[in-house]
Amino acid sequence: MSGTSGSTHGMRALPVGDDALLVEVSSGEQAQALHAELLRRRAEGTLSVREIVPAARTVLLDGLDDPARLASELTASEVPPALPRTQEIIELPVRYDGPDLADVAVLWGVSEEAVARIHAGTEFRVAFCGFAPGFGYLTGLPARYDVPRRATPRTSVPAGAVGLAGPYTGVYPRSSPGGWQLIGTTGAVLWDHTRVPAALLSPGTRVRFVPLGRR
Amino acid sequence: MTDRALFVVRAGALTTVQDLGRPGYAHLGVPRSGALDASTAALVNRLVGNPSGAAVLESTLNGCALRPRCPVTVAVGGAPCPVTVDGRPVAWGAPVQVPGGALLNIGTALSGVRGYVAFSGGVAVEPVLGSRSTDLLSGLGPPPLTDGAVLPLGQVIGGHARVDVVPQPAPPAELVLRVTVGPRDDWFTPAALRAFTTSTYRVSSASNRIGLRTEGPALERAFSGELPSEGMVLGAVQVPPDGRPVVFLADHPTTGGYPVIAVVRTADLRAAAQAAPGTPVRFVPVRRG
Repeated sequence: MSGTSGSTHGMRALPVGDDALLVEVSSGEQAQALHAELLRRRAEGTLSVREIVPAARTVLLDGLDDPARLASELTASEVPPALPRTQEIIELPVRYDGPDLADVAVLWGVSEEAVARIHAGTEFRVAFCGFAPGFGYLTGLPARYDVPRRATPRTSVPAGAVGLAGPYTGVYPRSSPGGWQLIGTTGAVLWDHTRVPAALLSPGTRVRFVPLGRR
Repeated sequence: MTDRALFVVRAGALTTVQDLGRPGYAHLGVPRSGALDASTAALVNRLVGNPSGAAVLESTLNGCALRPRCPVTVAVGGAPCPVTVDGRPVAWGAPVQVPGGALLNIGTALSGVRGYVAFSGGVAVEPVLGSRSTDLLSGLGPPPLTDGAVLPLGQVIGGHARVDVVPQPAPPAELVLRVTVGPRDDWFTPAALRAFTTSTYRVSSASNRIGLRTEGPALERAFSGELPSEGMVLGAVQVPPDGRPVVFLADHPTTGGYPVIAVVRTADLRAAAQAAPGTPVRFVPVRRG
């Protein structure tokens, strides 16, 4: 086994190589709260680390001086409570015109108009990024709206396509192959490396989709 | 023409611009990228008097050919290969003066895979997020070299090289990768864990800057099920459903959903960058620290 540091609080710190830790918690909400806490510690200068990479149930800390010490410190503490939602909301203009909208309506057991209404009525949060620069995995929809990926991925999905997969909503920052169920399109620029910041969405960002013509 | 630039006469199989990469953006889905053999990139930079973070060219197997438009000091390292200027053999692994307009040819590797070519002043393409590296996974940075392309060179700021020639390790006949086990070793059967550290794998021809793929015994999982996506580190040994270990190199994805059975020591990744397809690979477990 890999020398797991256990915890009675549902937080495990798994060593990764010589200078990284994978901190595992039991829910996406806990991962987001832990991520916020680790960012706070880095900002106040009590945590020195090269990368803090949140994901579905984990936060990876890469480039640590003393991972063993941090592991015992973290697993001796409680998972921090979720932070109050004080951050501003990014609004993404959207047209619910995706080629999989009808399929999603069937999966959800509602009309296409209701898919749009439910999606636009949800406040999302970027749980983590990955797949491509600027691609955020947005959570917020209730579990009953989880959808599978398409059986056959598309060879090309256009930039700005809004899709669903599993519990997540995502927006393709650039044209790429993809297997998400496409329900809409946004003109927002998710990634522009000449802009500061380059990524419109980063972990923790709150997001709302605003149907065009109904602002 | 006497401007500070390189004309690409022959791009080769795959030649990219590389520096130290763009660490610090993994949380946005941006791979670290950078030279696969970072020590050799730093070495050839030193040989031409550049700082270690200057951008160099990384060639793959069959080198490349360039015509600098100005006099430039060049050093070639990494995979050993013949180097010529206007057809005349010149030194490999040492600084060489190339006159403006001369043809510099980096030949096919005699062994190893990746050649590194430094130019005094460095390759000065526009940086993206602080790096000039080509990232083949996400498409950030300059595209791979093409025949007829022109690359700008930076101004020479440093003085002269402090070393004339330095030893470089020979590309490995057998690739021995030291690994620390975990974080997801518990996803594999005891037999698979034994097979992982006792079998000889071979480098697959499907290897690239994203990962060193292997062929050999498939590693069986202890249970089925999906691992939620989690952050990935350089050197992570990920095991996809086909059971063949993949060692993540510089352009690796920042998150992934296949279990990581072990992580390769960073110091051993330069040898991985030089292991040609078919090279035997062994994973040797070591203690952390």
